[in-house]
Amino acid sequence: MDELEEIIKEFLVESYENLDQLDRDLLALEDAPDDRKRLSSVFRTIHTIKGTCGFLGFPILEHVAHVGESLLVRLRDGELRLDGAITTGLLAMVDAVRTMLTNITQTKTEGENHYESLVEVLDQLRLGQVPQPVAVVAVVAVAEHATSGANFDFDSSGVKERVEATVDDLDAMVVELTETPSTASSSKASSKKSRKPTVAKAKPAAKSQATKSPKRSSKQTVAPAIETATVTSIAMTTQAAIAAPIHAEPLVTAASLPPAEKSMTTQNHNATARASSISEPASLSEPTDKGQAVAETTVRLDVALLDKLMNLVGELVLVRNQILQYSRSTEDASLITASQRLNLITSELQEGVMKTRMQPIQNAWAKLPRVLRDLSMTCGKKVQIKMEGAETELDKTILEAIRDPLTHIVRNSVDHGIEAPGVREAKGKPAEGTLLLRAFHEGGQVNIEICDDGGGINLARVKEKALSQGLISPDQAAAMSERELMNLILLPGFSTAATVTNVSGRGVGMDVVKTNVEKIGGTLEINSVYGEGTTLRIKIPLTLAIVPALMVGCGEDRYAIPQNNLVELVRLEGERVQSEIEHIHNVPVYRLRGNLLPLLFLDEQLQLRPARSAAELRQDSEVNIVVLSAEGRQFGLVVNQINDTQEIVVKPLSQHLKAISTYAGVTIMGDGAVALILDVTGIAKRAGVVSEARDRNKAQQTVKEQACGEQKHTLLLLGMGEERRMAMPLSLVARLEEISISSVERADGQQVVQYGGQIMPLIHLGDVLGSGSVRADGATTLQVVVYSENGRSVGLVVDRILDIVETTLTMQHAGKRMGVLGSAVIQSRVTDLLDIHNLILSTDQDFFAPPPTALAV
Amino acid sequence: MSAARQLCTFFLADLYFGVDVQKVQEVIRYQEMTRVPLAPPVVRGLINLRGQIVTAIDMRRRLDLPALPADQLPMNVVIRTDDGPVSLLVDEIGDVVEVDADHYERAPETLRGPTRDLIQGAYKLNGRLLLTLNSDRAVSVAAN
Repeated sequence: MDELEEIIKEFLVESYENLDQLDRDLLALEDAPDDRKRLSSVFRTIHTIKGTCGFLGFPILEHVAHVGESLLVRLRDGELRLDGAITTGLLAMVDAVRTMLTNITQTKTEGENHYESLVEVLDQLRLGQVPQPVAVVAVVAVAEHATSGANFDFDSSGVKERVEATVDDLDAMVVELTETPSTASSSKASSKKSRKPTVAKAKPAAKSQATKSPKRSSKQTVAPAIETATVTSIAMTTQAAIAAPIHAEPLVTAASLPPAEKSMTTQNHNATARASSISEPASLSEPTDKGQAVAETTVRLDVALLDKLMNLVGELVLVRNQILQYSRSTEDASLITASQRLNLITSELQEGVMKTRMQPIQNAWAKLPRVLRDLSMTCGKKVQIKMEGAETELDKTILEAIRDPLTHIVRNSVDHGIEAPGVREAKGKPAEGTLLLRAFHEGGQVNIEICDDGGGINLARVKEKALSQGLISPDQAAAMSERELMNLILLPGFSTAATVTNVSGRGVGMDVVKTNVEKIGGTLEINSVYGEGTTLRIKIPLTLAIVPALMVGCGEDRYAIPQNNLVELVRLEGERVQSEIEHIHNVPVYRLRGNLLPLLFLDEQLQLRPARSAAELRQDSEVNIVVLSAEGRQFGLVVNQINDTQEIVVKPLSQHLKAISTYAGVTIMGDGAVALILDVTGIAKRAGVVSEARDRNKAQQTVKEQACGEQKHTLLLLGMGEERRMAMPLSLVARLEEISISSVERADGQQVVQYGGQIMPLIHLGDVLGSGSVRADGATTLQVVVYSENGRSVGLVVDRILDIVETTLTMQHAGKRMGVLGSAVIQSRVTDLLDIHNLILSTDQDFFAPPPTALAV
Repeated sequence: MSAARQLCTFFLADLYFGVDVQKVQEVIRYQEMTRVPLAPPVVRGLINLRGQIVTAIDMRRRLDLPALPADQLPMNVVIRTDDGPVSLLVDEIGDVVEVDADHYERAPETLRGPTRDLIQGAYKLNGRLLLTLNSDRAVSVAAN
C-alpha cells in the first residue's frame, strides 16, 4: 500500500509539472497551431497522464484524458486545426485534470464530478463542430471511440510507411559514410558494444512513442548530424547513432545519440568533441530525449532539506566571521592561512547553496499567459504577453512571495491599463495590446518590470478620486507632484476604475501588492505616461537569509541596520552640533541639503534614557546621524558609534519579542555576541515619522526634492552665431564629434555623414533656429553634437561647444519659437534651452517612430 | 500512579523549585546576555547558545521576588518549549531529585499573585517543600 502511495505521489508531482507545461504549450500552440513538435509534446503529456491513471485506477481522470487525447490525435494528424474554441476546450480539460489531481492529493479519490459536459464539448470539437448545448450531440458520443480508434490505426500505419522510407534514406547514408576511408575499426567495435545498452534504453521510449513521433522530427534530428559528418571519425559516431535506432525501432535516433557518443569518449576525443556539438541541435530538436537527459542529470529535492542546508550555511558564515575576527588578533601564520581558506570556501559554499534555492522567474511567470488569456477573454480585449529575462533567478521564498502580487499587477494592467481594441485603434495603436514582463539583475537586486502599452494613469482623475474619497485634502492635492499623485494608487481603498468588475477595481489591491513587496524588503515604483502606458517596477533583494547591514553602537549595545534602508551617514562635530541641529518645539531636526530631516535618537527610541532637551544636546561633542528611508520618508537616526558593515544572518525573534516592532530579527556577531536587527520602518512608525500626515510631509518634501533636482541639471553649453548661447541636458548627448567638412555628403536632400556604420543626418542648428552661424574662415571641421535614440543618430551642427555646467535651472520665460523650450540665466548669460525632441522632429518626422518595444518611450 | 518522577531542582531566594527533568534541555552557568530594550521586564536578554538564540527569563522578576544581589550571577536552566529553547535565570542549581507522587499536594488556595499561576503544587520532602514549577506558564510572558 505504501508503495502504491509512493507511486501516486510521484505521479501527482510529475503530473502537476506536466500540467503547467501543458498550459504553456497550449497557449503557444494557439499562436502557432502548426507547430507539430509542440503538438506531439502536448499529446505525449496527456497520453502519459491517461496511461498512468489507468494503471493507478482513476477511471474518471482516465476518461477525461482519453477524450482530450482523441481530440489531440486529430489535431496532430492535421485533420483539425487548433483554434480558439479547441484551445479553450483543452484548457478546460487541463483544469479538470488539475482539479481531480487536487482531489487525489487531498482525499485520495478523484472526486464525484464526472465532467460529462466537458467530455461532450471535447467530443464535439473532435468532430470539428463548434460546441453545441450538450443534448444535441449526445447521441454521437458512443460511436466516436470506434472512429477515433480507426483514425489512430490508419495514422500509425501511415507513419510506419514514412518511417520505412526514412530508414532507407538513412541506410543509404550509412553506406556512404562507411565507404569513406575509415581506419578507426576499434571505435566501430566499441560503437557496436555501446549499442546494446542504448537499444535497451531506447526501447521503452520507442514503444510508447515511435509510432507517434512525426516523421519530420526524425529527419531534422539526423540532418545536422549528417551534414557535419564529413570527417571519418565523426562518420563513425553518426553511424553508431543511426545504427542503434535501426536495430531497435526507428525514430528514436535523437534519444540514443547522446549515450552512443558517451561511449565514444575514451576512443576518440576529437570525434566526441565534434559529436557533442552535433548532439546539441539534435537534443533541441526532439523534446523526448531532452526529457531523458534531464532525468539523468537532475534530482528532485525536498525544499525542507534545502532550507536546512541554508540554515547550516548561515551558521557556518557566523563561525567563519568569528574565526576571521579571532585570526586578526593573532600572528599564527598557519591559522591565518587556514582561516582565509575557510573564508573562501564558506563564501563559495554559501553561493552554491543559495544557487540551489534559486529558481528562474519563469516559474512565477509561467501561469501568467493563462491568466492573461482568460482575462482578455472576459474583458473582451486583445493582449499579447512578452517576456524578457525569464531565466533571471531569485530565491525560492521570494519567488513564492511575489507570485500573487505579480498576478495582481497583470490583472490590473489588463483590466485598467490596456484599452478595448476599438479604443486602441482609434488612438492609432495596434488593436492588440502588449504586456511586457522583464526581469534582470541590477546591483544585487532583482528588478521586475511589468509594462503595458495601455491608457496609462490619468493623474488628473487620480487626484479627483483621491479628493472625493477624502484621501487627501485640496491643499495637499495642489502641492503634490506627479510622483506623489502616482503613489496615491498605492493607498488602501483607492481605485480609479469607473466600474467595479469581477477582475479588479474594488480598490483592494495595489496597497496589498505594495505591502507584500515591502514585506520581502522590496520596493514598488510606478511610471506612467497618460495615454501611452504604465510601467511597474519591483525591486527585490536576491535573498532574505543573509543581508548586508551597518553595525551601530548605542551605549554598550550594538545594533544592526539593514543596508537597504540606509541612505547616507552624516557626522557632526564640535561647533556644528550646536549650529546645525535645530529644534522645532523641542523636536530636533537637521538640514540635509536644504531638507528638514527629523532626528530620532536611538537610545531614546529604545527608552534607554529620557528625551534630551535642546540644552543637553548642545553638550554633545559629536553626533552621528544615520540617514534612513522608510516608506519613502527619510529621517535621521542618531547613534553613539557607527561601526562597520557586515554580512549578517537574520534569525527570527523569539515569541516573546515578536510584538516589538522596533526589531526585525536577531543575529550573532563575529565575537559570538547577540545583536538585535533594527526594523527601520517599525522605528519610523513608532516615532510617528511615518503617519497619517505623511502624505502632506511627503508632498512638501518632494517639492523640495524637485527644487533640489533642478539644481542638479548638468547642461552642455553651446555657442551659436556671434553671441547666442544655447544649452541642452548633457544626458541627451551621446557624443561630441568633430567632423571634417569634406566628409559631409548629401542624401535625400539632406546633409549626412557616415557615422559608426550608419548614415547620420546633420541638422544645422543655426539654420533651423534662424540664429545664423559664424564659422571661422578656413575651418575644415564641424562641431557636432550626436544625439542617439533607438539605435539611430542625428548630428546637431553647432558653432562652438562652450562648456559643461551643473547649475540651477530656472526657466525665465517659455519659448515661443520652435526648437526652444525657454530661456534661463546660466553663468550670468541668457541662454536658450534647446527642445531637442521637436528640433529633430522638424527635420525628420520619423526619427522617433517606430519605437522598438512600443513601450520604452 | 505512584510512579517516581524526576525533577531538576533550583533555588530562587528561599524557595526550592523543580521542573520535570524531561523538559530541561541543559543547565549552564552564567552567560553573557544582550539586553532587549522595550521588551517585557522579565526578559533579561538574549543568549547565544551554540549559534541558537535563546531568550533568558528572569525568574526572580517573574515571581515578584527581589532582584539578585549585583555580585551574584544567575545560572541558566534551559527549557524546551514549542517555540524553541528558553532559559530560566535562577540563583543556583540543585540536584536531580526523584520524588514520589504520594508526597504531592496541590498548592494551597491562599497562594496569591503571580506565584499562584506558576506553582502547581509541592512535594513534601524531609525538612522542606519542593515546589513544582509550571514551566510553560513561566516562559509565556505575553500576558505580562
